[in-house]
Amino acid sequence: MSERTPLYAEHLADGARMVDFHGWDMPLHYGSQVEEHHAVRRAGGLFDVSHMTVVDVEGDGATAWLRWLLANDVARLKAPGRALYTTMLNAEGGILDDLIVYRRDGGWRLVVNSATRKDDLAWMETQRRKDVMIRERPELAMIAVQGPDVMKLAAAWLGAAAPVVQALKPFGFVEDGDRFVARTGYTGEDGFEVILPGPTAASAWRTLREAGIAAAGLGARDTLRLEAGLNLYGQDMDPSVTPLESNLGWTLAWKPQERDFIGRAALERQREEGVPRRLIGLTLETRGVLRRGHQVMYDGRAIGELTSGAFSPTLGVGIGLARIDAGVEAIAEADVLTVDVRGKALPVKGMKPPFVSRKA
Amino acid sequence: MSSNIPAELRYASTHEWARLEEDGTVTVGITDHAQDALGDVVFVELPELDIEVQAGTEAGVVESVKAASDIYAPVSGTIIAVNNALEDAPEVVNAEPYGDGWFFRLRPTDTAELEELLDAEAYAEVAESEAH
Repeated sequence: MSERTPLYAEHLADGARMVDFHGWDMPLHYGSQVEEHHAVRRAGGLFDVSHMTVVDVEGDGATAWLRWLLANDVARLKAPGRALYTTMLNAEGGILDDLIVYRRDGGWRLVVNSATRKDDLAWMETQRRKDVMIRERPELAMIAVQGPDVMKLAAAWLGAAAPVVQALKPFGFVEDGDRFVARTGYTGEDGFEVILPGPTAASAWRTLREAGIAAAGLGARDTLRLEAGLNLYGQDMDPSVTPLESNLGWTLAWKPQERDFIGRAALERQREEGVPRRLIGLTLETRGVLRRGHQVMYDGRAIGELTSGAFSPTLGVGIGLARIDAGVEAIAEADVLTVDVRGKALPVKGMKPPFVSRKA
Repeated sequence: MSSNIPAELRYASTHEWARLEEDGTVTVGITDHAQDALGDVVFVELPELDIEVQAGTEAGVVESVKAASDIYAPVSGTIIAVNNALEDAPEVVNAEPYGDGWFFRLRPTDTAELEELLDAEAYAEVAESEAH
């Protein structure tokens, strides 16, 4: 039996094609995934992301514990109202999950992937110290509101909080009554994500829809995040790879040197010995579509494979992320790689994501 | 979800439709059920003109946001026209699967092969059995 979010009835009312997503009944699209993608790039879209797992961490030892648990350093968040992106690693430096951690007044909030919920909670419990309290918040819903016009379109719904939210920098957030509004997202666009009590989610969804923000499903969410060069857990990263092999070196806080965190020793070793593989972006130089699993070829041999691939609605070309042998990145940018697409060798160009950047 | 299955067409179990034209040629496309299951079509690879195709063999590829699917020739014949407009507007396959979204036209080797294809009623059962 699949789980349903508080917005299930809204999805059906919007004509959604529902699919099973790691045990959740979620909207894949509401008619056209490509149109929803364009709506988010051109104006605004709404995503139900209530399946994601919200975990509050409190207690006297919470800060010290999170500095041990997470590869990025929560001490970088100097005051409440700020958040950061981080990975959570195992002792070998393998990625257990990627998440956003928010510094609140007197505590912390983590938003982790739903597919890894059980493993994450079990891992946190085994690592937990007695002065730390971990509380999952399944009663909360979450809506992502993304696109160049949403700050304007959502202003009426945000009400008195609108100017405050508009003034927030990326990764800033504010708690407005029972609404937790953060300038975060997974599309590369301007916008915000709101965490709110489940029973209030449907009315929020309807109000934002009536404000002219399109409903967008998981299909559009995937092509948007790929264009923005954002990794998807379970595809572009998993416990068999480190952040250094996943284009996520920038999320590792090496300083201060005395801060130990789970996986640090393994990462330092890998950095010294040499990172064996790199995650890069590829764009297809001919017509066609790149897909996860396609082999990347150089000089007659396979040097890696695509971890994600799609047809980019914005660019009108095939794009993908590929994990390839280290040392080939430079060659990749010189444009002599090919990808084996159903038996045909199609030329690709290597690049550093993102594929699509927000318009200034 | 019920899909549109015109009674005057013939169908392959692999979700192509075939229409016998007045000049004796056969136009081929994919069904409404197929385009709906695929989702937005983003790329279409059409057969080359003048090649011979055998019934049930690959004659093109349709790629959607979801997956790549082979298109099979429903009957044997020679390709005499392809719908080049799909190169720039593959979304027409979704919008008009039986109209402007056609894939190719062939001159059949033997029009009797059309009789071996499914009629609308039989294809509806195929489509129904795949619907969730």
